[in-house]
Amino acid sequence: MRAGMMRWLRDNKALAAGLVITVSIVVLALLSLFWVPMSPTKMNIAQKLKGPLENGFSSGLLGKDHFGRDIASMLMVGARYSLTVALASVAIGAMIGTALGVTAAARPGFTGAALGRLNDAIFALPPILSAIMLGALMGPGTTTAILAIGTFMIPVFARVTRGAAMQVRARDYILAARMAGEGEVTITLLHVIPNIASQIIVQVAIQLAMAILTEAGLSFLGLGTPPPAPSWGRMLADSQTYLLKAPHMALAPGLAIALAVLGFNLLGDGLSRLIDPRRRIER
Amino acid sequence: MLRTLARRLAGLVATLALISLALFLIIEVLPGDPAAIMLGTSAQADTLAALRHQMGLDEPAIARYLGWVGGMLHGDFGISYSYGVPVSQLIGERLAVTGPLTLMATLISLLIAIPLGVFAASRPGRIVDQGATLFSQLGIAVPNFWIGLLLLMALSLHLGWFPASGFDGWDHGFWQGLHALFLPALAMAVPQAAILARVTRASVIDVMNEDFVRTARAKGLSRSRALWRHVVPNALVPVATMLGLQISYLLAGAVLVENIFSLPGMGRLAYQALAQRDLVVIKNVVLLFAVIVIVVNLAVDALYLLLDPRLRGRS
Repeated sequence: MRAGMMRWLRDNKALAAGLVITVSIVVLALLSLFWVPMSPTKMNIAQKLKGPLENGFSSGLLGKDHFGRDIASMLMVGARYSLTVALASVAIGAMIGTALGVTAAARPGFTGAALGRLNDAIFALPPILSAIMLGALMGPGTTTAILAIGTFMIPVFARVTRGAAMQVRARDYILAARMAGEGEVTITLLHVIPNIASQIIVQVAIQLAMAILTEAGLSFLGLGTPPPAPSWGRMLADSQTYLLKAPHMALAPGLAIALAVLGFNLLGDGLSRLIDPRRRIER
Repeated sequence: MLRTLARRLAGLVATLALISLALFLIIEVLPGDPAAIMLGTSAQADTLAALRHQMGLDEPAIARYLGWVGGMLHGDFGISYSYGVPVSQLIGERLAVTGPLTLMATLISLLIAIPLGVFAASRPGRIVDQGATLFSQLGIAVPNFWIGLLLLMALSLHLGWFPASGFDGWDHGFWQGLHALFLPALAMAVPQAAILARVTRASVIDVMNEDFVRTARAKGLSRSRALWRHVVPNALVPVATMLGLQISYLLAGAVLVENIFSLPGMGRLAYQALAQRDLVVIKNVVLLFAVIVIVVNLAVDALYLLLDPRLRGRS
């Protein structure tokens, strides 16, 4: 039993590491709903810019920011906002993108070509620019960030699912289903989507990593969740003024972002290897 | 080959038409009155009317759309509300920063990625390979604006080797300009290099198993000569594809990095236009970014057709 587990761990190092990192971040984010070491919004000017444990436990495990707020607590609550935006935007991208992708695979003629153009058009608008545009029109905020990132995810999912669906559609069991008199919609829903689901799940993990990265970039520019809610990107933006006096302000949030992105990327890599050991994943 | 290229070109025009129409609908039609958005709630009625007239909002939507697209075709992008100068002039000045910055980042990323990917692939499983894999995983995960901040902290503020912010333009000499752009370009290049190194490694390993490489070795070519003369040139095709696909991410990175280093580039222009709610600037900058992304991808496609005769028959 133990030997089997060790072998599984050796063969699935990426998956194991990815699971440990992502589960820890999700647990910390959920924990912040009930408990944080200190209030993430309460200012304490006496402690401002104090480094990690500089004044013992009163200056916090990761130190204090320019208002004397506790950085560790801000990171925990920030994880919640970061994950929420990432999950919501990937949900938008995965649902609409998959729908477009399987449709394009089912109708390779004019519809497929038109959907291809649509994908190219959306893919040419980086989320930061759509967020700037939407921010000017409806004001920056969580919804703007989700819309901007989610829209960009649509062509990403559409491409992956279209390719995967075309491969599945060439199989004999699709021919059998067609001969049994099933319509295109039934074939897509009952035979194509279940058979490409594993690839969609891999892509969800990888795109969650991309979404976290993009959300951090948006909130760095002030285009994410507005204050006083703490956000990883804005913590980095605030740190720029104090790079010499308080480098810990720049280190902690950056590491948090990198760790979260790394975790979801490893999860995606590991899952894709689990599904098909020969397949190298491309982003 | 010309037919394939012509079809791609038609696709490009269709995509651009789609993007410009979508931008026009989102910015000028859906919100009701863009002039009111730009001026805010405290606007005077006559100011509002003047801006509406300047933006041509008193004309029907179709005429405005055609006017915008037609104007752009001969370099007229309208007049910026917040700067009071033609948008084409603003974009021209800013492109002189973002263009070289992006090129430099691409060059740096290739200089890191290709040697690293090739060495890793030629010694699979060894220490170089493991190091390259680690670099790829970390480089993709680390945000480029964080790298920018760390580089700024270490090399500008502590060591003083590079200017901490700003760009004086190219008038003070080419090298001084490059010097000011080096750190931001490096920050943009690291995530790119991570992705490209991964693609290079995978592609070199694939090509090494091809028959023509065995032939080259069999006729007596040394391992390294076969690698650099026969494997690498053939392995670079997927790298070029990835470079094309990544241009969108690279430009997005420029927006962030330009803001950290206060570089007067396109990204900073868009960001400042957001603060001013200058929709005329935003509309044109966003479209220009999209044009760059699409044209770069078409150029990569055209390059393949030139390099690889086998692709010419396919659509």
